[in-house]
Amino acid sequence: MPRRDDIKTICILGSGPIVIGQACEFDYSGTQATRALRAEGYRVVLVNSNPATIMTDPELADATYIEPLTPAFVTQVLEKERPDALLPTMGGQTALNLALALHADGTLDRLGVELIGAKPDVIERAEDREIFQRVMNEIGVDQPESGIARNLDQAWEILDRVGFPAILRPSYTMGGTGGNIAYNRDEFAEYIKWALSQSPTGEVLIDESMLGWKEYELELMRDRNDNVVIICGIENFDPMGVHTGDSITVAPIQTLSDREYQAMRDDAIKIIRAVGVETGGCNIQFGVCPSTGRRVVIEMNPRVSRSSALASKATGYPIAKIAALLGVGYTLDELLNDITGKTCAAFEPMLDYVVVKMPRFAFEKFPAASDTLTTQMKSVGEVMSIARTFPEAMGKAIRSLENKSAHLHVTLARPEAGDHQSIVEFYRPHLRRPTPNRVYYVLEALRAGLDVAAINEISKIDPWFVDQLSQIVECELELGEVAKAGEPVDRALMRQAKRLGMGDIDIAAVLGTPEEDVRQHRLALGLRPVFKQVDTCAAEFESVTSYFYSTYEDGDNESLPMDKPSVMILGSGPNRIGQGIEFDYCSVHAALALREVGYRTIMVNCNPETVSTDYDISDRLYFEPLTFETVMAIIEQEKPVGVILQFGGQTPLKLARQLFEHDVPVLGTSAAAIDRTEDREQFKVIIDKLGLRQPEARTVMSWEQAQEAAELLGFPMMVRPSYVLGGLAMEVVYDAADFHAIFLRAQAESPGSPVLLDKFLSQAIEVDVDCISDGAEAVIGGVMEHIEEAGVHSGDSACALPPYNLPETVLRQIREQTIEMARELQIVGLMNVQFAVQEHRVFILEVNPRASRTIPFVSKAIGVPLARFAARAMLGEKLSDMGLTHERVPDYFSVKESVFPFNKFPEVDTILGPEMRSTGEAMGIDQGFNIAFLKAQIASKNEPPREGTVFISVKDSDKWAVVPVVRGLKELGFEIVSTRGTADYLRQNGLEVRSVNKVKEGQPHIVDLIINAEVSMVINTTIGGHAVRDSRSIRRATLQLGIPYFTTLAAAKAAVGAMREVAESQPGVRSLQEYHHSLDARAREGQLR
Amino acid sequence: MVVDSTRSNDRKQPAILVLEDGSHFEGIAAGAPGKTIGEAVFNTSMSGYQEILTDPSYRGQLLTFTMPHIGNYGVSGADRESMAIQASGLIVRSISRMASNYRSEISFIKWLEDNGTVAISEVDTRALTRHIRDKGVMMGAIVHGAGAADVAAIVAELRDYPDYGNEDMIARVACEQPMSVVVSQDALCETQLATGLRAAEVRLVALGSEPVATERPHVVVVDFGVKQSILRCLDRSGFRMTLVPASYGAEQIAALKPDGVLYSNGPGDPAVLDHHLASIRQTSMSHPTLGICLGHQLLARAHGASTFKLPFGHRGPNQPVMNLARKTVCMTSQNHGYAVDPTSFSQDVVITHVNLNDQTIEGFRHRTLPIFAVQYHPEAGPGPHDADDCFDDFAAAVRANL
Repeated sequence: MPRRDDIKTICILGSGPIVIGQACEFDYSGTQATRALRAEGYRVVLVNSNPATIMTDPELADATYIEPLTPAFVTQVLEKERPDALLPTMGGQTALNLALALHADGTLDRLGVELIGAKPDVIERAEDREIFQRVMNEIGVDQPESGIARNLDQAWEILDRVGFPAILRPSYTMGGTGGNIAYNRDEFAEYIKWALSQSPTGEVLIDESMLGWKEYELELMRDRNDNVVIICGIENFDPMGVHTGDSITVAPIQTLSDREYQAMRDDAIKIIRAVGVETGGCNIQFGVCPSTGRRVVIEMNPRVSRSSALASKATGYPIAKIAALLGVGYTLDELLNDITGKTCAAFEPMLDYVVVKMPRFAFEKFPAASDTLTTQMKSVGEVMSIARTFPEAMGKAIRSLENKSAHLHVTLARPEAGDHQSIVEFYRPHLRRPTPNRVYYVLEALRAGLDVAAINEISKIDPWFVDQLSQIVECELELGEVAKAGEPVDRALMRQAKRLGMGDIDIAAVLGTPEEDVRQHRLALGLRPVFKQVDTCAAEFESVTSYFYSTYEDGDNESLPMDKPSVMILGSGPNRIGQGIEFDYCSVHAALALREVGYRTIMVNCNPETVSTDYDISDRLYFEPLTFETVMAIIEQEKPVGVILQFGGQTPLKLARQLFEHDVPVLGTSAAAIDRTEDREQFKVIIDKLGLRQPEARTVMSWEQAQEAAELLGFPMMVRPSYVLGGLAMEVVYDAADFHAIFLRAQAESPGSPVLLDKFLSQAIEVDVDCISDGAEAVIGGVMEHIEEAGVHSGDSACALPPYNLPETVLRQIREQTIEMARELQIVGLMNVQFAVQEHRVFILEVNPRASRTIPFVSKAIGVPLARFAARAMLGEKLSDMGLTHERVPDYFSVKESVFPFNKFPEVDTILGPEMRSTGEAMGIDQGFNIAFLKAQIASKNEPPREGTVFISVKDSDKWAVVPVVRGLKELGFEIVSTRGTADYLRQNGLEVRSVNKVKEGQPHIVDLIINAEVSMVINTTIGGHAVRDSRSIRRATLQLGIPYFTTLAAAKAAVGAMREVAESQPGVRSLQEYHHSLDARAREGQLR
Repeated sequence: MVVDSTRSNDRKQPAILVLEDGSHFEGIAAGAPGKTIGEAVFNTSMSGYQEILTDPSYRGQLLTFTMPHIGNYGVSGADRESMAIQASGLIVRSISRMASNYRSEISFIKWLEDNGTVAISEVDTRALTRHIRDKGVMMGAIVHGAGAADVAAIVAELRDYPDYGNEDMIARVACEQPMSVVVSQDALCETQLATGLRAAEVRLVALGSEPVATERPHVVVVDFGVKQSILRCLDRSGFRMTLVPASYGAEQIAALKPDGVLYSNGPGDPAVLDHHLASIRQTSMSHPTLGICLGHQLLARAHGASTFKLPFGHRGPNQPVMNLARKTVCMTSQNHGYAVDPTSFSQDVVITHVNLNDQTIEGFRHRTLPIFAVQYHPEAGPGPHDADDCFDDFAAAVRANL
């Protein structure tokens, strides 16, 4: 059946800001779909509020709207663009829910827009738990005992059938938000209330527990001729009870016989047909009882999902691309398998390797949060590894994590010497409770002598997996004996260790020698990895796509020399707080740019959610950990003319030193320059030389020194450890009372390294500048003024481009200083500088000689793909030759706002500080600053109300400034409630305010008011440890009820300004291409700057 | 239930796989000790090693699994395709010493040893598969205890060894006497039935030794090395079955008064089985007939077509087959090294199915008579159940002819 020609324009919805449970896998899917549909000649209109994505690049779609993903804004886009069809299956739960809303309110019908990929009734059958259960009953697919409750009474009734432990999951949420496992009646009541509050429909599903069952997932595709294929079967290492996003997962399925697998496959096909997914992909999860084989279906997603991204990368089958093409009418047999280039897409990939996915957590950022893994997803990113066997893949996955746990010998609690039983008892809780560390405890328990059966019995992890891991431990024992005997490791043993996935670093840990010694010894033994292809067909057909993984095999190396000089780009590894999709965006741009100018490109990365790990972004893709060992092996194989480190965030930069030492041709800014920015002493020399200003600072090694420094600098003071990302353990300390505890935490973060103390600039405005340079000339990319005051991590702060408030004299200084800095450091590529402005005095806070988090935001705001130009500059092109000579200052405003994962961590305070905790960002664009700010707020789910009561409680230093804010709110008809201090101050200024008790003043207090839904917005600023702790329950309640809140006065001011404008007229929508077009026109007329 | 074998592949006795063209692959000895010779082929299935190894069509072949881990879920009596391992040897990347599955009755390693199967593990099976793909299937030997130094001698021995395609292996895999087929699910536990597992015990008993369901239509299965799953599928389609040796003539088959006849799968080159063609032609002209795999090739040859050897065959569960009448695609399980030449068909025959990967013929029917044949394995075992309609069509044809 050919493609549909009655459709001309297709609208694709993205998934908005990165949050836990919905990350850059939807950039991957949206990008693939957009490219595929445009290649077919369709006009594509894209809506997404997330600027860090590749899909929102203006050259990707025909019209790109960076607008909030709400029915109101998307309706405007549809009215303006009049697409024939809407494809809602590429943008996760956000897009699906949005499409349903547009269907329900009649917009789609009114505008004649057809939903393709998933129809409303199909979405409902899959997503509505009750209907789904009914459909499953009809087709005879077994399910767990369960029921749906809309209130606590109904929940108790269902509990009688289901029993403890009970699994709770709210309807229509993603990433399992609000999900829990209740083991007793108290927990049950508490979790039900939380779950009901989290579900947009106020429903919670209560399930029979299948704790300890095996969990599986199948990825399916179906076309309009009813052809169904299974793309990938995935088996979870962690038994049921852990959200699949938080589980270690393995492909292909390892412990099902063909009879069992085919019966599961039969069920899956029955389900996709009964639910009625007509075209496109879906994933279905099953639980299997290990002792009886009973199989139940858990859930299905009628869309491209995180698992689809994983399955695509695991198999080489481009699920999103094919799903998009099926949506416009193609059938599977009409589409080509890109990887083989000759067989068709109607087939099921066969793997001759093993894939392991591991989640990456961020509990170090949320010390208060429980690290027990449950049915609510808590991980912020993931890594994938490919190897020939499971242990080898596991070892590589662990090394890909790039955190303190990125090796096999993680430091964990050890039992005291005792008999075997006491050792078993020691490990029992660690093996039973699922946490990020459980897999390391399995290794430790094996080392301590527990057998496979015992570990399986306690943890319910399939004994096959445990046995495979025990082979690693057996090899460690052999290595240990050799080391004890003082002998060198022979080739056979070294080969075995490598084939079991042990990194040089792991072998070094067992032998007690440096990693480099192991590497040299290994190379002397002639042991190098070979590179094998991911080809979708287990080598049955020759493959034309160069997608490789390393492994230790005897056979041939499939990575053959290329015909042209190549450049290698190191990606940014797993998403984490402080390093996410922005760097993937930069890596992808570098790859595309260098290909355009005639190089072969080589991408190295281990993050399956990303666009950079799509096989057609680069000439070659190596799915490998970003460790020195693997990166060096690839360099030795490929011999690139250059390696680019500065686009992958901190990850590749960490390798810079070692790569320089091994004579690797690193492109761009020199290692010496990198050192000059990172070493405080050297940096001070530059600052003095250029006559710039820094906040006064001290570097201390001990508490005694810290106290001396504190006396010198005075409070408030910024405390930070060395060598951390995203401001980990960074804090502002306001008084001596809190200093010791904060100092100790910073010290613990980088033991043995100095702690840095800075004079904290109160009431200062932070400014971020991105700049590009070719070593001689430097051009400003963009100047961003933060909306929060200094003290909030720049990654967590909202910012505006161009600056909305700073005087031109200050901005001129900032620009000049940036350029001077770039020249002094001879930056080749990108550089980011952070400034603070206090009373018109400019301070330099830090310089990063690499692509920054804000590059995609700036690129979209100014209409210049900075990363592309930077990549070319690194290969020797001059900025002037590329036509990049002047800063482009838009005549419209772009505002970036951050999005936080607090709803996943009910234990955590939401107040912002110097430690970055946001997972993603949204962008708002408009002619005026206020509306741009408002759009960013709406896009980050913090939409100010149009009426109601506003609660205001501000710190003393903000009181004078809150008066005009309150006045504005009153004029808009809002009622104001305040705690006594603020209320008194406002009344003195002639404003009528209601008083309410602080929590510690007794009930009824402000939290009661919030819980009773009497407050529609909160403005709450605090300072100092005590006040912060006192107001915590207010922020918690606000978050729980989804009430918009502002914790800085600057943000509140902007919000109220926007609310005033909105009261007069509804903000409009405009595509990025239109904004850039007008900017280009002005640039031609020389009107910019 | 977990069967934890105390045996492991720690023994580390070296072994080598040597191919006819002199290339060789080192590994570790596994299974029964010794040496074995056969045609080296590869199968890309990710599950179903037990069914594949017990498939009589693998007689005379050294089987390479591209799936790296083999043996993970042990071995279960209800999953076999014949009573013993049929492949002449086994080549794998990694054999599991642990069998993890509630249905497992015996560990994989023990099973190999009990069956006397010579195997080699720790082989770079991907490199081997690529070699076979590029150079075509060829004869090879697995030799335990040997190393690279012994290659020349082994190659010389391989050159003297009869080629896979020249041998008629049917007598070694098929029944010698007509037998009644009894299919029962009695041995399966409740959940196996409830979860839809297509497992059932198949027994062959002497004719008349056990009561048969005479109300069911009767299919005579001509045995060239039949897979038990074919018998399970015929049973599910409502037939009673008599299995007869391949050598059974048309008159002998007619005497059994079949309502339909099935020509089974089996090993080897159909071209060496021409002595069966006259009987096949005669029988198929007078009964509704289904041919599967080798049976498909023999039916084609009986009706005037020719066959040829594929460079490396189709062996796996993901072969896309298009039903030309319905325009739908099925994922099919396949295991064949020969194919029917489409240009050789007479006007009496219509091609019904093609393989979307290489456009080879996957099925045909007679224009006027109820004769059907498929190159793929609609019975799965192992593999997807997408092609169930093949048995439905056959059953409909048989019933229409009653």
